[in-house]
This record gives sequence, C-alpha cells and structure tokens, in this order.
Amino acid sequence: MFAYVIRRILATIPVMGVVAIFVFLLLHLTPGDPAAVIAGDYASPADVERIRETLGLNRPLHIQFFTWAGRLFQGDLGISIFSKVPVIKLIGQRIEPTLALATTTIFFAVLVAVPLGVLAAWKSGTWIDRSVMIFAVLGFSVPIFIIAYSMIWTLSIHLHWFPVQGYKSFLIQTGTGIDGAAIIGIGFEGVCRDSGRSGCGLVPFFRHITLPSVALGLVYVALIARITRASVMEVLTEDYIRTAHAKGLSSRVVLIRHALKNASVPIVTVIGIGIALLLGGVVVTESVFNIPGLGRLTVDAILHRDYPIIQGLILIFAGVYVLINLLVDISYTFLDPRIRY
Amino acid sequence: MISKHLQSFMRIGMSALFASAVLGFSAGSVMAEKVLRVAPHADLKNLDPIWTTAYITRNHGYMVYDTLIAMDADLNPQPQMLEGWDVSDDGLTYVFTLRDGLKWHDGAPVTSIDCIASIMRWSKRDGMGQKLADFTKSLTRVDDKTFKLVLNKPYGLVLASLGKISSNVPFMMPVRLAMMDAFEAVPEVVGSGPFIFDKDAWVPGAKVVYRKNTAYVPRSEPASYASGGKRVHVDTVEWIYIPDAATTMNALVAGEIDFWESPAVDLVPSMEDNADITIKVIDPLGTQGWLRPNHLNPPFDNPKARQALLHMVNQEDYLRAIIGDEKFWSTCPAYFMCGTPLDTDIGSEALVNQDLEKAKALLKEGGYNGETLILMDPTDIPVLHGASLVTAQMLRDIGAKVEVQAMDWSTLTSRRAEKKSIADGGWNIFHTYSTGADVSSPIANIGISGGCVEKAWFGWPCDRDGPDSLEGLRDAFSEESDPAKQKAIATKLQARAYEVVPYVNYGQWFQPTAYRSSLKGVLISPVPFFWNIELN
Repeated sequence: MFAYVIRRILATIPVMGVVAIFVFLLLHLTPGDPAAVIAGDYASPADVERIRETLGLNRPLHIQFFTWAGRLFQGDLGISIFSKVPVIKLIGQRIEPTLALATTTIFFAVLVAVPLGVLAAWKSGTWIDRSVMIFAVLGFSVPIFIIAYSMIWTLSIHLHWFPVQGYKSFLIQTGTGIDGAAIIGIGFEGVCRDSGRSGCGLVPFFRHITLPSVALGLVYVALIARITRASVMEVLTEDYIRTAHAKGLSSRVVLIRHALKNASVPIVTVIGIGIALLLGGVVVTESVFNIPGLGRLTVDAILHRDYPIIQGLILIFAGVYVLINLLVDISYTFLDPRIRY
Repeated sequence: MISKHLQSFMRIGMSALFASAVLGFSAGSVMAEKVLRVAPHADLKNLDPIWTTAYITRNHGYMVYDTLIAMDADLNPQPQMLEGWDVSDDGLTYVFTLRDGLKWHDGAPVTSIDCIASIMRWSKRDGMGQKLADFTKSLTRVDDKTFKLVLNKPYGLVLASLGKISSNVPFMMPVRLAMMDAFEAVPEVVGSGPFIFDKDAWVPGAKVVYRKNTAYVPRSEPASYASGGKRVHVDTVEWIYIPDAATTMNALVAGEIDFWESPAVDLVPSMEDNADITIKVIDPLGTQGWLRPNHLNPPFDNPKARQALLHMVNQEDYLRAIIGDEKFWSTCPAYFMCGTPLDTDIGSEALVNQDLEKAKALLKEGGYNGETLILMDPTDIPVLHGASLVTAQMLRDIGAKVEVQAMDWSTLTSRRAEKKSIADGGWNIFHTYSTGADVSSPIANIGISGGCVEKAWFGWPCDRDGPDSLEGLRDAFSEESDPAKQKAIATKLQARAYEVVPYVNYGQWFQPTAYRSSLKGVLISPVPFFWNIELN
C-alpha cells in the first residue's frame, strides 16, 4: 500500500511536467497581448512595444519557458504581469474562499443526496422515488446562475435572510501576541484578520456561504442521489441482503450497514469526481455571488493574458485533480476489503 | 479516555468561541468607521497611472496622488498643488510655486524637485506630455517650493497639459519614484492626495481599500471637476469589484454597496422606481464611439472608401442598438464632442444624412472590388459587440462582403497592432470608444492624429504634409493660446477630418451612475471622485 502511494505520487511529476509545457505553449501561442492590455487603449504602438520589451515578452519562447521552469523548481510561481504581486500571494489570498465554498458544497451535497438516493432505492417505484428522480433531473438541467439569481431574489432581496454577495472569513483575530502580531482563531463573530474591521467569524461566514453552497450543490445532489439510488438498488437484490432480512434485522440496519456500505464504492467515486468538477463549477458561482476565489482569479487572468497566474493556477488545479484521484483510490481499500494495492 | 479528551476540547473550544464573540461584539461597537463602498467599472490591476492609460488606474491615481493644476467645470485650468504661476510677457517662461502644507503619505514634504521629476516621467508616456517636452527648453528648480519652465517657442497648452483631466494625468510622485523608467511600474504607492492606499488590504481582482489622509490640506475653493477643495467626509473608501452586473445591482438595492460607477444601461429601469437609489449622469461630457478603419489596407487606404463609411453610418441605429434608452444618448457630429468649447458641426453633412446609395458608389470609387472585409468584433464588451454587428449589416447593405471575426478584447488589442495585409492576417475595421475628457481636445484626441505609421494610433491615418493637414492643424492648435483662435483652428481641423476620415464617430452617449440616495455631495465630473461625498 505504502509503495503504491509513493509510486502514484512519483507518477504525478511527469504529469505535472506535461501539463506545464502544454499550458505554457498554449498560452503563448494564443492571440492576445498583456503589454497592450497594460498600456491601455490609448497607448501608442511604440509604447506597447516598449512595455513588451520590459516584460520580456519579446524574448524567444524557449528562453521564456526555461526562465519560468527554473523559477518553478525553486518554488517560485512568478509575479503577476499586471499587479506585480507574487502569484503565490494572489493564490494565498483566494484559496480560502474557494476551499470553503467547495467544502461546504460537498458537505451539503453528500448530506442531502445520499439519504435521498437511499430513500429512493428503498421506496423504488413509489411516488417518493419518482419525486427524488424528478428533483435530480431538475438539479441537472437548471443552470447554476438561474438557481443562484432565483435564490438571491427571494432569500436576499425580498426576505433579507442572506446577503446578496461577498465572502466573510470564519477566521478572526482572537488576541495579540507578545510580538504584537494578531493571533488568529475561529469564533462566532469578531474582527477580520486582514482588514482589522469587525464582520468575520462563523456567523457571517455561514450567512455568506449558504446560498452559494446550495446553488452550486444542487447539481451535485442530483448527481450523487442518482448514483446512490442505482448502486443501492443493485445491492438490495443481492443474497446477503435477503439473508440480513431473514435474520430479523430492521430495514434501517439493513439499508445503512449492509446495503449502503456495499454500494459505497461507486458513490465515493462520483463524490471524488464531483470535488474535481467543483473547481470548474466555482467559476460561475464565484462570479454570481462575488466570492473572491480561485475561479474568478483564473477567469480574470485568462481575459488579461496574465501568463504567470494562469500557469500557476493550472498547475495547482492539476495537482489537486491528481491528489483527489489518489485519495479516492485509497479510500476503496477501506470500503471494499477485496481491493488491495 | 477519548471521550474525556473530546469533552475537554469542546469545553475549551466553546469558551474560546464565547470569548471571541464577546470581544468581536465589543470591537464592533467601538469602531464606528464611515466606509463608502464603491463598485468601480473595472478591477484595479495596475497601480501606476503613468505606466498605463487604463481609466481604472487613472481613477486610482486621483485617490492617492494630486496634480499641480486641475480642470474646473468650465474646462479652465486652476491651481491645485500650486499656489499659482507667473508667465513672462513673451509667453516663454512659466514660474510655478507650490502651496503650503503639501506632504507625501510618508510624511516628507513635497518639493519642486519631486514635481520636475514627475513631469519628466509623465512626458515620456503621454501624448500631450510629449508635445510639451518638444517645446521645453529647460525645466529647473528655483527653490524647494518654486520651479521654472522655459519654452523654446510659445506653446498654448502648457497649463492645459499640466491640468489634463484624463489619461495619462500628470500626477505628482516623490522623486525616488518619479526617477524610475516610465515603461516600468513604480513599486510603491506614495502620493500626496486625499486618500492613502492600503496595500495590505488590496486583493487584486476583488477589493481596494483607501484610508482618509488626515494630513491632507484641501484648498479653500469648492470642488469643481478635479479642481478645488478635496474634502473627505469618510474614513475609508472600499472599491469592491463585482464582475457580474446583476449581482452589483442586487448589492446596491440591498444596501451592500453605496455607489455603482457604471451600471449596465439595460438594468437601469429596474432601479429607477426605487426611492433608495439615485440614477444620475455625473459625466457631462459623455462618451464617443469610434469606427476605426485601417488606413493601410484596401479599400480604406483610399479616402473615397472611408467617406463611404460616413454616408453609411446612421448614429441613431448604433445608439439604439448599444444603449437603447434615449435619455442616455444623442446624435453628435462633432469630432471634439457636443457640449464642449470646440463643438461644431462643420463638414458633417455626410454623417448626418445617411445615404446608402452614395456610400455604395463611393466604396466602388474607392477601389472596392468585392473582396472580404475583416471586421474584428470584441464579443466580451457588449457596446462594441453591438456596434460591430450594426456596422457589419450596414456594410452588407452597401454591397460589401464582410467577415465578422469574434474575439475577446485582449486578442483584439494585439490583432489591431498588426500592419499586415489582409491575406497575411491583417484587418479592416474595429470599434472602440473614448470619453469626452480624452476626445474634447485636438491634442488629447489620439484618434484624429494623422501621424502615419510612425506616430498615429492603430489604423494609422496619414495626413501630415502642409499646414492644412491634420497634423499641421494640430500643431497650429498647440501653438495658439487664444481660445477664439484655437476654436477657429479646431473648426478647420474638423472640416479636414471629414475629408480624410481618420475614424467615424458613431454617436455620443452618457453613462449613468447609480448610488444610494443617502449619499450627499456626489460631484459632477468626467472622472468619478470620492471626496466631497457624505454618508447619511
């Protein structure tokens, strides 16, 4: 098992290398010029050329690649062409909202979808089953932005239950260290660690993250509920389920201990894929709810051809995909004793 | 055992939560900070307003920097950082004196050396600055508060240049920053303006925070455009960049933001009936649309073909398509904007009387032989996408074959720099727009330059031979200081522009601004300023 994990981790190195080369070439061969965007619409052609020169964008492509790759090996993702802020800092500023959104979304999706799927399988062919499946079809079919705007209109604008937009961290300043630096912790409500103003903590966090998580999570609820239903239905026809019933076990115990556990491999697989797909799904959700996360950073960087940011982000996304796949594979060994690496 | 540990951990955790909740409440009660929350028109990506001409960086510049001279509402230059100036009788020597109390954000006093270095850096990047540099014999320090500009020949736009209201604005910076290469961004933001940039709170792509500069001494005059007293009535201004227009509108309605700089015009009717929201045009100069032909490639290398575009365009069609509501647009034949001192309709007969048959005939006379015209369409900018589609249809109406190439704006900005022939990937037409602050002067209006491949803006109009050419008349304008004579030259320049057609003006529109009705003191100006505003 340990050797397998090490092999899989080592296998990520060539994957990341290929991703790095591919992304670099694709970006630099795509039309678009960051120097022209920086100079602005009314700059003269000579000014644009001069900026291109100072940014090193007129150097041969292979020189630019090796310069970037050399820095990458030292753990330096480069500096944004536009803001001159290190890419690692930009990603650091944006990673918490995206992680928070992805985590709450997956929690919401799993907590709602798995019981729904099991219920639909248990009550297969009844109105409950059909209702769950209608909900699943709707969850798949209605675009996120329609769900999001509908929720904003009703729950934020008219009922004032939730804010329209923005993100508040659950981390707050809980005190000051002897060196004068703020001590960061988790609390219900308090002073934000970055701005020094009140308005952060768990209460503001959940007020801001609930609508985006639900809007984004509905499609995953639909996906996971359908897979859960199908897997559990298949397992329910097995002999050992009949045996469990014959032994006099209650339906709840049969469903949860025997059926759901044995149906869990495909469910975990689809949850893993869902987490990976979330990275794409957050782009729309972050835009609609104005959450300053990695999705928006990616779109902005692509629109402005901020090459170092795009390259850094895609490498990180690729790493996350590989890691999630690895974790899903490892989880199989816990869920199904027959699977061994 | 585990259960005991868990219980103990939970007890500590809950105590911490309770304590922080109490602390948080106390902190919130003590801090009654006045925060003005603004949704700007774009994300602030660059911090150096000399390095880029982007309007969002210009607006950032006005927050943190100050100018020697500033334009008032009548477009007259007024002293801003200056106490005043003296001009010699021959008009060749200007002596500028700084006013008292000017300090950089790091506490150092503003000196004449800072100002000289700032003017020199700006003049390497800005068109009006370069023109001023051409006329400059020397720019020297007299003492810490005084400096002297000596010209090699009379130049009528010295004060207008130093008081230029739009990009690139001659903002003053400390000498250590102003001495840097004008083609590289300065590494820190230290100005002497009414707000201080909070670098630690800056999240590029999301939020910019400005704190009130308590050391700033405003002028005593009332604020007027960029001039007058910059009195700040809030503690903090936050620019919250919200990329989605519907979300921005909802945030304004819900009171989560106070000021929306550029609401999408199609969303304005949804807010008009809301008493909590004020919709107002605060930029009285407006915006002008440009249809820019490529003067290097056939058929628009021929003036007849460019004149065909004048007969083809009906401004009303464009404005209805891109803006819609008549409250926010007007047809305007003036190259230097309607409602400005240089407003005239001379030479505009072809533009104001659409004649498709005449356009068709002129296009043929111009050498058009049925080849495919390449029109670049930036689909990510709705106004320009709409204008592109209108032009494409009108070109088809006059018998042209058109290929509309969809792309994003970033791609367009690199494609338009290509001087290649069509066969090698060149282009024929693209659209853009420019604000009145940038168009209303023949020198600031880069679209009207006839400086050919070497000096003209993308599209490269070429008309520089003789005093009656575009360049000849622009030079004459810059050398004249009498407003009446300047107007006469600008009128001749417009007449010439309608012959040469550097670009076609497809209309003038006025971008509304939306803000909470509780805000008082929002200034009327071509640039959104955030001093003078009070939160009620």
